Amino acid sequence: MADLSTNFLGIKSPNPYWLASAPPTDKKYNVLRAFEAGWGGVVWKTLGSQVKNVSSRYSAVNFNGTRVMGLNNIELISDRPLDINLKEITECVKLFPDRAMIVSLMADNNRESWHELIKQCEDAGAMGFELNFGCPHGMTERGMGAAVGQDPEIARMVVEWVMEKATIPVITKLTPNVHSVVPTGKAVVEAGTNALSLINTIQSVTGIDLDTFVPNPYVAGKSVYGGYCGPAVKPIALKMLASISKNPVTNKVPISGIGGISTWRDAAEFMLLGATSVQVCTAAMKHGFRIIEDMCDGLSNWMDEKGFKTTADFIGKSVPTLTHWEDLDINYHHIAKINQDKCIHCGLCYIACEDTSHQAINIAQGKPYNTYTVKDEECVGCNLCQLVCPVNGCITMEEHRVAPEYINWKEWQAKGLPLNDH
Amino acid sequence: MSIQNSRLTATQYEQNFSDIHPPFETKDAALVEANRCLFCYDAPCTKSCPTGIDVPKFIKQITTDNIKGSARTIFSSNIMGAGCSKVCPVEKLCEGSCVYNLMDEDPIPIAKLQRYSTETAMEQKWQLFTRKSATGKKVAVVGAGPAGLSCAHVLAREGVDVTIYEKESLGGGLMTYGIAAYKVTPQFCKEEVDYILSIGGINIKYNQELGKNITLDELKKGYDAVYLAFGVGLARQLDIPGEQLDGVVDAISFIYDIRSKGYDKVAVGDKVAVIGMGMTAIDAATQAKRLGAKEVTMLYRRTKEEMPCTQKELDIAMLDGCEIIWLAAPKEVIGEQGKVKALKSTVMKLGEPDASGRRSPVATNEEFTIEVDMVIKAAGQIPFEAMVTGNGLDNSNGKIKLKDKAATNVAGVFAGGDCVNGGKEVVDAVQAGKDGAQAILNYINAL
Repeated sequence: MADLSTNFLGIKSPNPYWLASAPPTDKKYNVLRAFEAGWGGVVWKTLGSQVKNVSSRYSAVNFNGTRVMGLNNIELISDRPLDINLKEITECVKLFPDRAMIVSLMADNNRESWHELIKQCEDAGAMGFELNFGCPHGMTERGMGAAVGQDPEIARMVVEWVMEKATIPVITKLTPNVHSVVPTGKAVVEAGTNALSLINTIQSVTGIDLDTFVPNPYVAGKSVYGGYCGPAVKPIALKMLASISKNPVTNKVPISGIGGISTWRDAAEFMLLGATSVQVCTAAMKHGFRIIEDMCDGLSNWMDEKGFKTTADFIGKSVPTLTHWEDLDINYHHIAKINQDKCIHCGLCYIACEDTSHQAINIAQGKPYNTYTVKDEECVGCNLCQLVCPVNGCITMEEHRVAPEYINWKEWQAKGLPLNDH
Repeated sequence: MSIQNSRLTATQYEQNFSDIHPPFETKDAALVEANRCLFCYDAPCTKSCPTGIDVPKFIKQITTDNIKGSARTIFSSNIMGAGCSKVCPVEKLCEGSCVYNLMDEDPIPIAKLQRYSTETAMEQKWQLFTRKSATGKKVAVVGAGPAGLSCAHVLAREGVDVTIYEKESLGGGLMTYGIAAYKVTPQFCKEEVDYILSIGGINIKYNQELGKNITLDELKKGYDAVYLAFGVGLARQLDIPGEQLDGVVDAISFIYDIRSKGYDKVAVGDKVAVIGMGMTAIDAATQAKRLGAKEVTMLYRRTKEEMPCTQKELDIAMLDGCEIIWLAAPKEVIGEQGKVKALKSTVMKLGEPDASGRRSPVATNEEFTIEVDMVIKAAGQIPFEAMVTGNGLDNSNGKIKLKDKAATNVAGVFAGGDCVNGGKEVVDAVQAGKDGAQAILNYINAL
């Protein structure tokens, strides 16, 4: 049985799953329910100066009948009084001392405010801090949240203030609303942050009501840009995580991965790209805390199958396989093959290839079932047919190397080898 | 034993004849199924539809909340798309070829989705087609069944003025008069006909029978072209002793009575034998049972392998408690005081394939007799041969012969539907009507 326990800079949790700083971690009631369900830890919803929230707060993107492929929110930091939050944090830590209790912070933009907030939270029993430099709405107008994270120098300054005071680990949460997360990541690591987490939500408009013409979420005839999260953002989060894991400055600190993690499979992917812990919000908001059961069980079974005894055995394992385009092997070639026994004759591979790719699939008319076969000589191995095929394992990509030796684009050019035939 | 009506209470009738394929209760329910559709290319479902409805397109349009577009997609291929969604044997057409079958998964409920879009269109009274300005051309159509209405609608869209001569007092043909009430109600049939006619340019003259109230010559003189779509109607005789006994009825008139008189007005026996195993036989047997017959036994000359009805239809009969006797051919209806008392049958065996490609039934020396008080004949219908021959139309045993898809040997006279094919599905008749309209348009535009 694999060991899922996680040690993040000395902050221990029975599994790598923390609930991200968000509505599910806004108060004791929810957090205790989460701990009872089995969550490894929480990042308490951001504390800072007093705010007031509006109604409504969320909107979603549905896709082909599946609800909440992406979720957008315009909620601010915790709107509960600080003393209540601190009191409840203390109570939660007392009841569940084995769970990670990280507190998310967003103080007013001066040293004193940060120092005061840090002291109060440490006194309440926080085990670590997560600096919210990412909230993309509401707080930015006040010079906080993403307004800090988008400017490496401001971020550096705030982290320096924090590190002067904090005696427990500090995680800096990065905003994705930048051309690259690396500059701010580097600045805050250089300023002494003990760890990084990413991504925060992505600025978005989820959709527009075609009857009222007002975008979602609707607030008295108006809307604002919100922060986008959920399964839709996972690929973007993975890319940003990878860029932090590959940078020689930012990869010196542990990372907590965030962004559309809904299943153990998602979590394993984030960890393979360098995350030590992972944070979840949207999936729990959609299904409740009970999803933790399969997240632990599935990860454990997978680790057993792969022979991983602890999470450290695979954290970061996939990072070296991400390379530069010009280092890819040009002699690698694979060709689609359609298994006629599995084919259900839906024609989706054919029309995708015929209309939008390389006309590499042959159609033989039948009534009512056509037969589809790959024209090997036309197939460029793009994978599109396999991606659209509704039957697992029906279309496989079979390796047909052009030549046995590795050669990349730079070498190809240097040798003056021919370009693709057209 | 006796044949009697009013065997059940009003509530029982209502329950027994309620919609066998209920619609989606909610939009969400329809969306769950619509979203399962893979949106196949050159889709097997479309290729298996005699009218070629673009099924993936109309289902996709449901998912995008474009119900009007979805209904137009259906109706532009099949103007009786609403009725067909209730009566088509989809298990051997669109749904039968759905690729999900090849994954051993339930097919997309295409008929139910089609019903969702088309019934919405009918309820909202969406007029989805615009009639072109009148061309001054006039076409007469004989028969307001599926073929006639389909032909008339295409012609009306093209600006032709159409007059339909219908021998009954309602339109819809066998849809209205010949299909089990739990599949499609007379009320729905009327609404469907009204919806089709709402395009304008189509005038139905009811209670007008060819050869009785009007003649083909008159129609040829009065119109630019004539479309014959009078169907088939005569029940095939068994040609066995006792067929004239009180209690022997034909399935078509039995079903006709159920649909036109009301459930409690139709008498049914205690023990009923139904001869045949086509769709009409099933409709007669199940409805006899649902009217309160204690025992219903279906007899068929061949085996399940050769039966004309689908498995799904057979299942309905069996779930209704009908007994099935395979390889049995009626030999004599035995009577007592002029009334049916028993049915004597010959045990058959399968011989060599016949013209239909199915193995033919061959009599053995064995016989058996079952006690019955009613015999419903559903051994097929025969064409109006005398009328066809009398009007000089080339035919094969009364089925009108066509030169191409729709033209008869008589100039300006076209035909389609059951009077040509001898009796097929509603959806086949609709396609025949479309083909007929196209041929007529070509003909009258060249005049």
